[in-house]
Formats: sequence, C-alpha cells, structure tokens
Amino acid sequence: MNLETVLPVRYRRAMELNDWLLALHLLSAFSLVAAIIVFWVAIVAIRRTDSPEQVVAAGRLFPAATAVVAIGSLGSIIFGVWLAIALDGVAVWSGWVIIAIALWVVGTEMGRRSGPFYVAAIDRAKELVAAGQTGPDAKLAELGRSQKGLMLHSVASIALLLILVDMIWKPGA
Amino acid sequence: MLASSARDLPLFVHVFGAMVLVGGLLATTIAVLAARGDARVLRIGAMTLFFVCLPGYFIMRGGAQWIYSREFPGDPDDTPAWVGIGFLTADAGGLLLLISLILAGLGIRRQRGGGGTGLLRASLIISVLLLAAYVVAIWAMGAKPS
Repeated sequence: MNLETVLPVRYRRAMELNDWLLALHLLSAFSLVAAIIVFWVAIVAIRRTDSPEQVVAAGRLFPAATAVVAIGSLGSIIFGVWLAIALDGVAVWSGWVIIAIALWVVGTEMGRRSGPFYVAAIDRAKELVAAGQTGPDAKLAELGRSQKGLMLHSVASIALLLILVDMIWKPGA
Repeated sequence: MLASSARDLPLFVHVFGAMVLVGGLLATTIAVLAARGDARVLRIGAMTLFFVCLPGYFIMRGGAQWIYSREFPGDPDDTPAWVGIGFLTADAGGLLLLISLILAGLGIRRQRGGGGTGLLRASLIISVLLLAAYVVAIWAMGAKPS
C-alpha cells in the first residue's frame, strides 16, 4: 500500500458505497479502541485506590464502555469483511485480512474475559459502600489488583495495536 | 519494502494518536454523563484529559503534519476538502482541549477546598463537544468527501 491510495490529492466525485463502508469501518474501529482506553482509565483508577467509594466511581465508566466495545467490535468486523468483499484487489482470504480477523478474535475474546475480574471488584466495592464500610478492604484490593485481569486486558490491547499495524502495512499485499 | 514502511510510519503515528485522543475523550464524556454530581467521577475524567487526551493530541497532530509535509508539498489551495476538515478540527480542537485542560486544572486544585465541581463539569462538557468534532473528522478521513 502507498499513501496515494489513502490520501488522494484530487478527489472530485460523489461518495460511493465503498467510501461509506470505509468510514463506518473506521468509526467502528475507533469506537472499539476508544472503549478499550476507557477500560484502561477505569482499571488504572481501580488499581490505584483502596477506597470502595473510589472503585464504585471508576466502575461507573464500565456500562457505557461495555456498550461501545460491543458496537465497535461488531461494526469493525462486519464493515471490514464487507469492505474486503466489495473492494477490487482485496479478498477476505488475503493474508493480511486473515491476520486482522484472527487478531480481532483474540482481542475481543481476551477483552471479554478480562471484564469479570473488574466487575467482581466493583460489586465488592458496592457491597462495602452499602454496608457503610469506606475504609480499605483486603478482598477489594485483591480483586481490584488482579494480575490475570490486567494480563488479559493487556493482551486485548496489544492485539488491537497489531491490527492497526496490519491495516497500515498490509503484510503480503 | 523498507521504503514503503518508512512512508506508512507517519500514517501509523497519526492514527495511533487519534485513537488515543478519541479514547480519552470518550472516557471523559462517559465520566461527565455518568457522574451525576459525583466529584470523584469528574476527577477521573479530568485526569484522563491530562494523561490520555493531551499526549494523544500531540501524537495525532504531529503525525498529521508529518503526512501533510510529505504528501502535499505544493500549493495549499490544491489540497482536498477532507484535509481541510481534518486540520480545522485538529487545530480548533487543540484550542478547545487547552481551555478544557485549564478548567480541569483549576477544578482539581479547587477540589482540595471542597469545590471545583462546576469547573470540572465545564471542562468535561467541552471534551464532549471535542469528541463530536473528532467523530466528524474520522468520518471525513475515511469517506474523503470532495
């Protein structure tokens, strides 16, 4: 790929279906990555505190981020595959497209698996707040600083970063 | 292959920075919508502006300038409309981000005295506008309207 195909100097025609597909694919991909970053913000906030109230506060980012990650992950794969079918010179079985789909599967699955670790911490914090306990709690600290949850979310993030590398350099294309 | 890799690096830098910036803005948007007056949630959003949005903005804007200097070295009037949309949203957005950061900084400082919630909320509302503008910019970068 070269930049001329991505950044044409002259572009004087109406938008076509493929242009819309690319725009929707990009918006979905941005939504997916943005949601992963929102989870990072919440995870860092949860890991940095011993206060149940603070964990509950960070947990308020989770429901909306979960909705956005679902929309972004589905949109990016649906519009991406549709684009691969619609574009001349690109096929779903092209190496770099298969790599992207494989990384998407890894990223979304690892992200999905990391969620319950932090939901457990948020639920514990809510129980503590409801019981009037606002001081540090050993079980909350253990749940909030889960290494497995952090590792799974890190793998999901790396997979998405590799998709971006794959999309730009298109190995084998 | 090496030449192609070097040419695509600015695009990677630009898109990576834009994704970090938009991710940070989404976090601040969710924070202001989910806070319901809770200063702790607003503070998380404000800190995100400093530690996620600001670095993301610089990476995105630097990448954009890098691409522009390579791909459009001639007359600025020859550049297509979508490039103009991109620069307009990036530069006007940079100004709004700066205002948002100043308000967030003041809000965080005043939080120590028990206030600052209004400043934090104002700061994050600006970031909601920024997110909307950058969604338009992403659409323009992808669809490339004339």
